[in-house]
Amino acid sequence: MKAFTYERATSPADAAAAVAATPGARFIAGGTNLLDLMKLRIETPGHLVDINHIGLDRIEVMADGRLRIGALVRNTDLAADKRVRRDYAVLSRALLAGASAQLRNKATTAGNLLQRTRCHYFYDATKPCNKRVPGSGCAALGGINRNLGVLGTSDQCIATHPSDMAVAMRALDASVETVAPDGTTRAIPIADFHLLPGTTPHIETALQPGELITGVVLPAPLGGRHVYRKVRDRASYAFAVVSVAAVVAPGGTRLAFGGLAPRPWRVEAAETQAERGGEAVAEVVLAGAKPTEQNRFKLPLVTRLLTSVLADS
Amino acid sequence: MTRREAIAVGGAAVATATTAQAAGGAPEAPAPALVEVTLRVNGRAQPLRIDPRVTLLDALREHLHLTGTKKGCDHGQCGACTVTVEGRRINSCLSLAVMHDGDSIGTIEGLGRPGKLHPMQAAFVAHDGFQCGYCTPGQICSAVAMLDEIKAGIPSHVTADLMQVSFSDDEVRERMSGNICRCAAYPNIVAAIRDVQSAKS
Amino acid sequence: MKFETPAGRNPIDQGRVVGQRHSRIDGSLKVSGLAPYAHEYHAEVPGVAYGVMVGAGIGKGKITAIDTTRAEAAPGVLLVMTYKNAPKQYGIGHAPPGSPPPAKGEKPGQFNAPQLQGPEIRHYDQSVAFVVAESFEQARDAAQLVRISYAATAGKFDLAAEKQRGTVPEDAPDSDIGDFDKAFAAAPAKVDVTYTTPDQAHSMMEPQASIARWDGDELTLWTSHQIIHWAVQGVAGTLGIPADKVRVVSAYIGGGFGSKLMIYGDPILAALAAKKLDRPIKVALTRPQIYNHTSHRPATIQRLRLAADKRGKLLAIGHDVWCGNQKGGEPEKAADQTKLLYAGANRLLRTRQALLDLPLGASMRAPGEAVGLLALECAMDELAETLGLDPIDFRILNDTQFDPEKGPERPFSSRHLVECLRTGAEKFGWSKRNAKPGMVRDGRWLVGIGVASAIRNNLTMASGARVHLAGDGVLTIQTQMTDIGTGSYTILAQIGAEMLGLPMDKVRVELGDSRFPQSAGSGGSWGANSASAGLFYACENLRAAIAARAGYNSSDTSFADGRISANGNSRRIADIAGKDGISAEGKVEFGDLTERYAQAAFGAHFAEVAVDSVTAEVRVRRMLSVCSAGRIINPQTARSQCLGGMTMGIGAALMEEQQVDTRFGYFVNHDLAEYQVPVHADIPDMDVIFLDKVDDKSSPIKAMGVGELGICGVGAAVANAVYNATGARVRDYPLTLDKIMVKMAV
Repeated sequence: MKAFTYERATSPADAAAAVAATPGARFIAGGTNLLDLMKLRIETPGHLVDINHIGLDRIEVMADGRLRIGALVRNTDLAADKRVRRDYAVLSRALLAGASAQLRNKATTAGNLLQRTRCHYFYDATKPCNKRVPGSGCAALGGINRNLGVLGTSDQCIATHPSDMAVAMRALDASVETVAPDGTTRAIPIADFHLLPGTTPHIETALQPGELITGVVLPAPLGGRHVYRKVRDRASYAFAVVSVAAVVAPGGTRLAFGGLAPRPWRVEAAETQAERGGEAVAEVVLAGAKPTEQNRFKLPLVTRLLTSVLADS
Repeated sequence: MTRREAIAVGGAAVATATTAQAAGGAPEAPAPALVEVTLRVNGRAQPLRIDPRVTLLDALREHLHLTGTKKGCDHGQCGACTVTVEGRRINSCLSLAVMHDGDSIGTIEGLGRPGKLHPMQAAFVAHDGFQCGYCTPGQICSAVAMLDEIKAGIPSHVTADLMQVSFSDDEVRERMSGNICRCAAYPNIVAAIRDVQSAKS
Repeated sequence: MKFETPAGRNPIDQGRVVGQRHSRIDGSLKVSGLAPYAHEYHAEVPGVAYGVMVGAGIGKGKITAIDTTRAEAAPGVLLVMTYKNAPKQYGIGHAPPGSPPPAKGEKPGQFNAPQLQGPEIRHYDQSVAFVVAESFEQARDAAQLVRISYAATAGKFDLAAEKQRGTVPEDAPDSDIGDFDKAFAAAPAKVDVTYTTPDQAHSMMEPQASIARWDGDELTLWTSHQIIHWAVQGVAGTLGIPADKVRVVSAYIGGGFGSKLMIYGDPILAALAAKKLDRPIKVALTRPQIYNHTSHRPATIQRLRLAADKRGKLLAIGHDVWCGNQKGGEPEKAADQTKLLYAGANRLLRTRQALLDLPLGASMRAPGEAVGLLALECAMDELAETLGLDPIDFRILNDTQFDPEKGPERPFSSRHLVECLRTGAEKFGWSKRNAKPGMVRDGRWLVGIGVASAIRNNLTMASGARVHLAGDGVLTIQTQMTDIGTGSYTILAQIGAEMLGLPMDKVRVELGDSRFPQSAGSGGSWGANSASAGLFYACENLRAAIAARAGYNSSDTSFADGRISANGNSRRIADIAGKDGISAEGKVEFGDLTERYAQAAFGAHFAEVAVDSVTAEVRVRRMLSVCSAGRIINPQTARSQCLGGMTMGIGAALMEEQQVDTRFGYFVNHDLAEYQVPVHADIPDMDVIFLDKVDDKSSPIKAMGVGELGICGVGAAVANAVYNATGARVRDYPLTLDKIMVKMAV
């Protein structure tokens, strides 16, 4: 872990300004992913701005019925919030399917969105990885890639986004609110928040330098049946092999997927096929998939999952 | 893949290894100043002057010599370092001590000691809820906090109805899954927790 | 004392303390965090500096350049050691100076593990530098600043590709009995199936760790090692100093499973740096380093050819094993159990070992049997199905009461496999099993049950102990024996209490220190039986000394309630011990009973699994193991050992695999997030039944080990249950959902 200096911010604007003012500075909230990577010298901030004391830790119903989740709301608290459990069960379910209780107690809403991939080679500082060292190559292509992506990947990177929470948020059409160092705020639709790797796999989100996530806004309750099905190699405390977040509501069916792509994956055009069953939906979702020999099984697995989830509804 | 490709890729690895290990380029910055932190560990204020890089885990083990909290993986993948901060269980390896200035930390040493064991510690002994003992303090701290989480109505992955949270063996197994025991005392740990729960209720 | 004739009746048979359930005597220390592990001796070793090892970034090749400038300039750094400045050490072949000649079958200096001796890289994460600084944070940072350039060379990392170049290992010669080829060809029912098992990692919770301190020319190492005298030999041999100059302490060990039988970088690097800096050094391997720097259970490819007559009597048993290892590394003897488990006149067992450049393969919980049974016990089910026989009936039909290779002149010392199978079948509800796969549904789950036999060779090891009875009536036991979670502290206290007629709270046990008498240590399931036997003889000597001091005729004394009694006289033994106390030592050595008798522990494992009909995820619903392993010294700790083995067996069946990147030559999934072991949610309530049949040929304790028996066959029972649930026969372990899904009928 590279040496760094540390400061505690007291407000969101203060935090954004502090990071903007110091080259190599990073926000630290839960720390559950950043510190993990700093120990391996994959992340090397020279300055940490602790944002755990700037507020942003509340969940509020907005005047128009939407729900605003503060960036620093812990995963446990978000999953346990009565409004979330009642109206956004898919989000509770996704959160509870992720990590362990200890990690959920610490990890934040914003930090969860910003999780970095669990690709073996990203974690191995001795191996080529375009995400870690742009231009160094991708060891995962032609390597061990059973758990990696089949959709939205590029010949530079086939990493997946590891979050469960973000998959549910994608199904819910959440919006990510931010503040820039100059104080301007904006809302980024979650569909646009995570970027595909293309030729720049090291650029993972739409955030600009110093831009701080202040919250995530969910639309007014959609009703319907909420499902999060996570497939994994052990019963708990494991990243998804594949997951699906489904909201089957009077207004339509929404389906988003984890474990398939560099970002939570959703193909709205596929959802209109829901009444025709899982295979019809899967055909659209998986169009253009580029599996490797090792992760080809994810395609029939998605089809089976979809068939099951839609048949249950 | 052919042998020739393998060698070519191997060559790339060499270059990367050098690049990666040379990350930063500039000469090392001088050591950053030590920082003052006061942890309130098991009810006692513990002032420390430490490197900001010191994790909460290493502050406990190496600076306060409270070695009951264990380092199993140092990456949040095993749960051996579980402590409570303001009553909530966390992995102390993935948190910096400096982030906990003024916080109340609960460790295994604060729960009980031989001759005056906490009911959870005593239940672990009675049910043989451990073998090598290395994951044990983490399991116990986790178990105590876990029962509070159920009591507080926090749901889990196996909670059938998110609005109805209650104690069951399956709930315990899911909620304790962040604490790995390679000796695999799992059934005995569940039995110990079940005992403590039924004594409480 | 040499144990060479079957044990007669002795005080252990009283079963007053031995055979009873006792909570661990070290339990309250462990649950309160006060039991000290290797890295935790602050009071004993103040003023340590911290070391961090740097591991090689390639699988095979050479270091072409090392630049330590930045690391050396980093704050707090005291030393950067590489092959350029590391002291000379000694490899295998060099025993510590002044050592007696090696015993038969031992190589001098066989545990030596020199570090930083040259630019050659033999495996990934081999130590290439050691950085010492005032603080752990400084050392870790500086370690990441060591710049190393390599020239990688092509290595052999793919067992399947190398297996044809395998040779016959010295200690796994072919066994060719009868005429296998002819019998197999002519048999009416047969299977010819190939199973593969992956490299597996011990993944014990406590990383390898050491603190080294020199006092003049004497080295003390607080380290985590399963067998103290092996550690002493390995460290002294490597450093080239006499063994009596090295003290090793491993009082508490955070899990072993074979991972702490060898010497790795930590004690050697710490000792070298401590000498250079004249300061105690502390180091722990990082979790990611453990997977490639230390050892693992090697992968196997196993071809099983089994043939039977129409009634189901085995006619031919063929087991071909291919494994690989570094030069000098041992074979994975996966055909070992096939020598003894079933009858059959024509037998062909062959092992071929290829050279691989992966990290060293070595012992992990039940080396040989653990993976051999994964293949054999599935192949047995496959043949049973071909014959239309129930898997249990088929196994019982092929039971043998003597070594099938040697004939009736080498009977088993005890063998209760059939009783294990029958007892388990009844308790588990085997009769309700639907023999046709894929027939039982529970909602979206497909449910099946499976069985497998268990066998684990009974190994023994010379072992000694020292006992001291003090005037306050407290018996202190000292031996190098270790407790890696196995319950050694507790069972040795039970032996002492039984032998001297004392209550458990009057017995203290001190373990894991090379200052105590040499013992069996913890490995190969020999620890409990052998160390208890050594202690038994020490206690016999103490009883004789007490009797002599009391003036009693020692042949008819009895010890109970803190008293010695003979011929109507009785005295408190504490009074006889007096203020100076009374001491004795004893040692067991084993004669040829293991040659005259086939000795093994047996068991039967039963598993019920549910397989998600959509995703093919497998969940074990319940398990039962019925074990026959001689006398069970403590049913509680023995049960825990079995539960641990069963869980590791579930891991082997369903998830554990070190994935090899054959381009770079290393295990890619080198942490606890990616090398998955079972968590709480994977493990249901499980049951263990001990038949508790004493074996008078194993030792005066009449016990055998259970720690490894618990894993032997478990994975096959799970795999057989998955087949019964789904009809998917996966022969490539672990049975992950992708492999099952493509074979499921639905």
